Amino acid sequence: MPLILNEEQTMLRDSARGFIGDKAPIAHFRQLRDSKDAIGFSKEHWKTFAEMGFAGLLVPEAYGGSGLGAVEAGVIMEEIGRTLMPSPFFATAVLAVTALRGGSEAQQAAYLPKIAEGALLAALAVDEGTKHRPSNIAMKAERSGNGFKLSGDKAFVVDGHMADLLIVAARSGGSAGEREGLTLFAIDPKAKGIAIERTVMVDAHNAARIVFDNVAVDADSVIGDVDQGGALLDRVLNIGRGAVAAEMVGLSDEVFGRTVTYLKERKQFGKLIGEFQALQHRAAHLYTEIEVTRAAAMKALQLLDADAPTAAAAVAVAKAKAGTTATLAVQEGVQMHGGMGMTDQFDVGLFMKRARVCQELLGDSNFHADQLARMKKY
Amino acid sequence: MSDLDQFRRDTRAWLDSNCPPEMRKPVTADEDVFWGGRNTKFSSEPQRLWFERMRDKGWTVPDWPKQYGGGGLDGAEAKVLREEMSAIGARPPLSSFGIWMLGPALLKYGNEEQKQEHLPKIAAGLIRWCQGYSEPNAGSDLASLQTRAESDGDDYIINGQKIWTSYANYADWIFCLVRTDGTAKKHDGISFILFDMTSPGVSTKPILLISGKSPFCETFFDNVRVPKIRVVGTVNRGWDVAKYLLQHERAMISGMGERGAGRPLGQVAADSIGVDAEGQLDDAMLRGQIATFEVDEAALSCAAERAVDLAKAGQGHPAFSSAMKYYGTELNKRRHEILMSAGGIDALEWESPRSHEGAKPRAWLRTKANSIEGGTSEVMLGIVAKRILDLPGA
Ligand SMILES: Cc1cc2nc3c(=O)[nH]c(=O)nc-3n(C[C@H](O)[C@H](O)[C@H](O)COP(=O)(O)OP(=O)(O)OC[C@H]3O[C@@H](n4cnc5c(N)ncnc54)[C@H](O)[C@@H]3O)c2cc1C
Repeated sequence: MPLILNEEQTMLRDSARGFIGDKAPIAHFRQLRDSKDAIGFSKEHWKTFAEMGFAGLLVPEAYGGSGLGAVEAGVIMEEIGRTLMPSPFFATAVLAVTALRGGSEAQQAAYLPKIAEGALLAALAVDEGTKHRPSNIAMKAERSGNGFKLSGDKAFVVDGHMADLLIVAARSGGSAGEREGLTLFAIDPKAKGIAIERTVMVDAHNAARIVFDNVAVDADSVIGDVDQGGALLDRVLNIGRGAVAAEMVGLSDEVFGRTVTYLKERKQFGKLIGEFQALQHRAAHLYTEIEVTRAAAMKALQLLDADAPTAAAAVAVAKAKAGTTATLAVQEGVQMHGGMGMTDQFDVGLFMKRARVCQELLGDSNFHADQLARMKKY
Repeated sequence: MSDLDQFRRDTRAWLDSNCPPEMRKPVTADEDVFWGGRNTKFSSEPQRLWFERMRDKGWTVPDWPKQYGGGGLDGAEAKVLREEMSAIGARPPLSSFGIWMLGPALLKYGNEEQKQEHLPKIAAGLIRWCQGYSEPNAGSDLASLQTRAESDGDDYIINGQKIWTSYANYADWIFCLVRTDGTAKKHDGISFILFDMTSPGVSTKPILLISGKSPFCETFFDNVRVPKIRVVGTVNRGWDVAKYLLQHERAMISGMGERGAGRPLGQVAADSIGVDAEGQLDDAMLRGQIATFEVDEAALSCAAERAVDLAKAGQGHPAFSSAMKYYGTELNKRRHEILMSAGGIDALEWESPRSHEGAKPRAWLRTKANSIEGGTSEVMLGIVAKRILDLPGA
């Protein structure tokens, strides 16, 4: 498959770009941030996202969705990355939908159509420690009656404070470090024993810490098979990683474009600063990094859609690469804007904060390079 | 099954029965590369067989038209062939500046006689070419070249000096940039011309490199007589041909890192250094460097694939090959730093059969030229800045 967008994907990109650029430019994000908005995103925009088919992008047509794939999810994420638009798209439409597609008929019928309509928001609770280490999940799921009792702490749950449904990865068997013994659960956040704290983070996007204290769930809430959740979780995490990589391509490209524009406008020593070769070469280097990263992200998403055995390695490459490139892009962005780059009034800093969060989200560059080394057995 | 799937099957089967096992091992010494030419010798019987079989199918130049000795494959088929060759680690049957550089330029700018005269000989490895671009005072600033071609009836009389001419001492012919109009602006008086290295007045003198080899030369022209019909393209418009050729040269150099071929670097290092109790490379910092390198390398190979797809879709930027050249060569230098580090003390040996006469350190030193030859990294970045990013001050 060629590593370029086809006609339909290009149309999808244009309509996403049109809507997001028009209705959710960075000013929209600033307004939510500055007003300390209780939900942290625009419900109206999410309704439009549903009408445009984005909320149900990955939902099969039988359940009212568009039945599209990872490449299309990446297309939307890239556009979201350009304006830092706060949106439930990632947590609900990408992560949760992929998890639920590994569930029973009944679960799919119960949740997927509502997600596609924009009526149900969901969040995935995986991380527990300071770094993303899914195999180290320690949260306990103990058998109790016909169901389970869940206890443990989750952190960095994207959209956790406003979700109607939590998808939780817990350990029903084995011990930390093992892949066997993980189970995914679909849980009502209002269940007894759940305490949710919205964590306001550096990037002002939505995330939460959640404490589970002996939360009782019945057997129907298990997604997929008990103790065998590892494979499904990998699938969910990998599409999520591909999606975040695409978001980072979007934000890197945007911050780079703004930086190049600045180089062509700002004068010092009677010259445009873009005439200085020291800056030209750094800009050209950054350009090559971004183009290389874009190709890697696209490759990973295509391989995920093809369900190729090499997809996991390609995702590791894409997420690792996107992390370092986004880091470079925002650092160069601030530096080349000089003092203006340090001001809150300029947008570059907002990209810098978001890039830092995206780096940690579902594994940073070191984590994924290490994964790649493990896959290659050294 | 699509035609392309069928083509893949046939190709795989053909390669399997025609590529000798010896030609599926990584290249370690100079003799492993077959360059063709009048004075060429095969270093082994498998090398000869492999070359001849590929030549007979037109697969030394798979995507050239059949009438010029090529395989007549379209872009998709050529890609399949590349993939299938790399899957079994097949060596290129013929390496040649004629294939990488001159051929594409002749296909675009040559007239019919020139194509018929030169292309089939390149495809069949009969003539070995060298590139006469650089001069002592015209390196990065190539358009300042001073080698003169003065009109004398139907001929030009060429005088001057070239430098860094790779393999000039082995080459049969040269493609050369000469000044045909000394009064025009510097880019406007240059012509692109071809001639036989045995012409009276041509001499070469090898230059020794830090790798201990001397693959390139100073080349001198003393009243060399060349018929005017040997000019490719329009007289005084040779810069267009030169630039087009450079795009191909850069694409070729950027791909030189044998990306994805052979054992993963991490395993090469593990073989050499050993592993710890958990089976991980027993040098945590190097392991990290390698993993990061492999991320970049895998990403670059995606970008190379995308560049081809973009070009095919008519969406490519003509200066993109400069970006790829820059990135690929910097990466290849990093690869060889890692290989030296993984090789440790063993990689320091310079002269011994055990070390294949220092193959590792010589290869490492050779890669340092990747970011110089065909245009330096700084020049590539300058091109990206001005042509792609449109930054001011060109
Ligand atoms: C292994 C090898 C093989 C080669 N093969 C051939 C061949 O077959 N035929 C042939 O014709 N030539 C060949 N060359 C020559 C090669 O193309 C030149 O070496 C190259 O273009 C650089 O020119 P130079 O050596 O004169 O360096 P210079 O141009 O003198 O450069 C010196 C330094 O200045 C920097 N610099 C120069 N201009 C600028 C600028 N505008 N902005 C920023 N930095 C700048 C360069 O990047 C470099 O770091 C070969 C070179 C090598 C190393």
